[in-house]
Amino acid sequence: MSESTAHPTPANPVPGATSATMQDVDVAGAVPDKPGPPLAATAKRRLTSPWASLFAVILAVLWTTPTLGLLITSFRPQEDINDTGWWTVLSNPSFTMENYQTVLDPDKSSALGPYFINSIVITIPAVIAPVLLATLAAYAFAWTSFRGKNILFVAVFALQVVPIQVTLLPLLTLYVDAGISGTFWAIWISHTAFGLPLAVFLMHNFMREIPGELIEAARVDGAGHVTIFFRMMLPMLKPAIAAFGIYQFLWVWNDLLVALTFAGPGAATAPLTKALFDLAGTRGNAWYLLSAGAFVSMIVPVIVFLSLQRYFVRGLLAGSVKG
Amino acid sequence: MTRMMSRPRTRGAVLVAGGLSAVLALGACSSDDDGDGGSADGGSTDCADFESYGDLSGKTVTVYAGIVAPEDQPYMDSYKPFEDCTGATIDYTADKNFEQQILVQAQAGNAPDIAIVPQPGLLQQLVATGAAVEPPAEVGANVDEFWGEDWKAYGTVDGTFYAAPSGASVKSLVWYSPTQFADNGWEVPTTLDELQTLTDDIVAKGDNKPWCAGISSGEATGWPITDWMEDMMLRVGDPDVYDQWVAHDIPFNSEVPTEALDAVGNYLKNPDYVNGGIGDVSSIATTTFQDGGLPILDGACSLHRMASFYASNFPEGTDVSEDGEVFAFYLPGKTADDHPVLGAGEFNLAFADRPEVQAFQTYLSTDLWANNKASASSEATGGGWISANKGLDPANLVNPIDKLSVDLLQDPNTVFRFDGSDQMPAAVGSNAFWKQATAWITGQSTKDTLDKIEASWP
Repeated sequence: MSESTAHPTPANPVPGATSATMQDVDVAGAVPDKPGPPLAATAKRRLTSPWASLFAVILAVLWTTPTLGLLITSFRPQEDINDTGWWTVLSNPSFTMENYQTVLDPDKSSALGPYFINSIVITIPAVIAPVLLATLAAYAFAWTSFRGKNILFVAVFALQVVPIQVTLLPLLTLYVDAGISGTFWAIWISHTAFGLPLAVFLMHNFMREIPGELIEAARVDGAGHVTIFFRMMLPMLKPAIAAFGIYQFLWVWNDLLVALTFAGPGAATAPLTKALFDLAGTRGNAWYLLSAGAFVSMIVPVIVFLSLQRYFVRGLLAGSVKG
Repeated sequence: MTRMMSRPRTRGAVLVAGGLSAVLALGACSSDDDGDGGSADGGSTDCADFESYGDLSGKTVTVYAGIVAPEDQPYMDSYKPFEDCTGATIDYTADKNFEQQILVQAQAGNAPDIAIVPQPGLLQQLVATGAAVEPPAEVGANVDEFWGEDWKAYGTVDGTFYAAPSGASVKSLVWYSPTQFADNGWEVPTTLDELQTLTDDIVAKGDNKPWCAGISSGEATGWPITDWMEDMMLRVGDPDVYDQWVAHDIPFNSEVPTEALDAVGNYLKNPDYVNGGIGDVSSIATTTFQDGGLPILDGACSLHRMASFYASNFPEGTDVSEDGEVFAFYLPGKTADDHPVLGAGEFNLAFADRPEVQAFQTYLSTDLWANNKASASSEATGGGWISANKGLDPANLVNPIDKLSVDLLQDPNTVFRFDGSDQMPAAVGSNAFWKQATAWITGQSTKDTLDKIEASWP
């Protein structure tokens, strides 16, 4: 059954795209043979100019300075933070752990601990759900054919244009009617919905890059859509999934608006960003705590980014630029 | 149930004292894990005052406000006696985004039972959503008894009374250093003319510029000048003109407002008068309002006009009292008999009329709650909270500034007016007024400034 259908209808649904894919395959196949080493050498030569290195170092220092200042500030006593800039530590060094104690001490009302847990509870499903749904949807858009596919794809992509602020009130009304406002469900569903258009688009473009021959060969061997998706697509999509995963993770972790609106202000569901926002106090006179709070909230994204960063650039380039 | 009706051992004691000790006892207990055992063991909660609310066991009332830690704790503490005596649970949540969120939640049908609304303008918007409900008659009666007509009017929308006042703050204050004044033989002025003379005396002394100010406050940059102008509107004009100005019955660029802003400019745009310890006139725009008055501490500045809540901006350990390092005096009226006071405050607006919500709303409008709240604040945050409730006993306040503010609010000569920019439409009150005031301090003329604000009125 699969053999007879696979041959007359090439798995590649868009006419004309086959040849492009073929070329890609040729080039890809040729790279390891001979143009590879000279290309890499040229790239290496061009990229390792000492001036470029110097420029990159200066840029890196410039970009890191504010963060370094924040880090130093977070260890300074309150009076010093209020009176002088962080650079004065050079002439007048005095450090304290008090700020961190205040934001971490579970007995204090400004403790970030419970909110930290909330943020994790919010973020993990809100990253996994859109990735899962988007890869499935992207597979359907890329490698199956059904009526109205192109229109539907354009529609999904066009949804990226809708600003989320427009959707806040109608969505909240729906959640209230469904009785799930103020729960994690409302936040998970919202983040998933807001993340899906871009995720579908990125995953689709990435999947289109996979040579049609591979899919055809799999079909010849008797693989159905399910097997192709789980055994071939998912392993090959790893960079794209990681790239989008980081992107979605940072967005959800740093989000304040969606969580505030759909989960309400209750401490039971509020994320770290809400606690950070309130940390400075009603009239902003405890702002000296913010630098310590900021570093507490930064730890997780930094770990996630560093551990997945090698996929990040690769995945984004593969998905969006060449699409 | 048995705990609720706990025996009235200290019956006959003054209400206030009962409430106070209850809060103190509970405050002490809530620091350890078992906060619930407080009333049972302490035995000092006088539940007689709560009998009329009936048995509300198992009921929950949600409260939403913009008041966050550490000022939120006294609110929860002050609800404790009500919770212990009626069995109801009060669920207090707060975030600083309150003013935007409450509108969204009310429109989506997700409003809390009670919202603590800090502005009459926002109150009107919330009532306009149709989600707000009128309070029971007892609340109205309490407000008639404990607050003046003026306060009740700010909680009224289109002739219907909706919300009882909660906390208050006094804005007509000038911060100064009592030690510096004593050293130089300066007197606290009692009329606007005396304030002018004092200012000139300080200039003549030559040690420091007399005034300091800072108006930077994120997106709300400029608001301290709007307060200045409102204070001057009450003095150059009179409270009636002020009301007309706020309601836009007279144009924003008409004669009295022009005079008022010029009166502000007389101090804030005079390079001889400002900006003590900070810089020149333009430094007012770049200094945060939190830092604006700090030069008083090291004698680089002598006068700083800012609301009562500014007390918490001085570093911990600062002696804020009549003979201390810093204190405040009442920004005098035109004559010593004029006593206009500019202030602000919060209102308790309900979005549900379940019996427990109404009972709680009634409790919040009593003098009992005001006193419980004041002592809870004294206990938890060293004061910083006052109410215009006439039943508020100054003995429950520990902070000299709070006492001064309550004296001002309760003075029978006082004519209270609510912060005008909080009542104006958002396009003016929290947009054009702030921005034009900032442009004004950095050089724009008074006429241009007022013309532009007038043009922005919707």
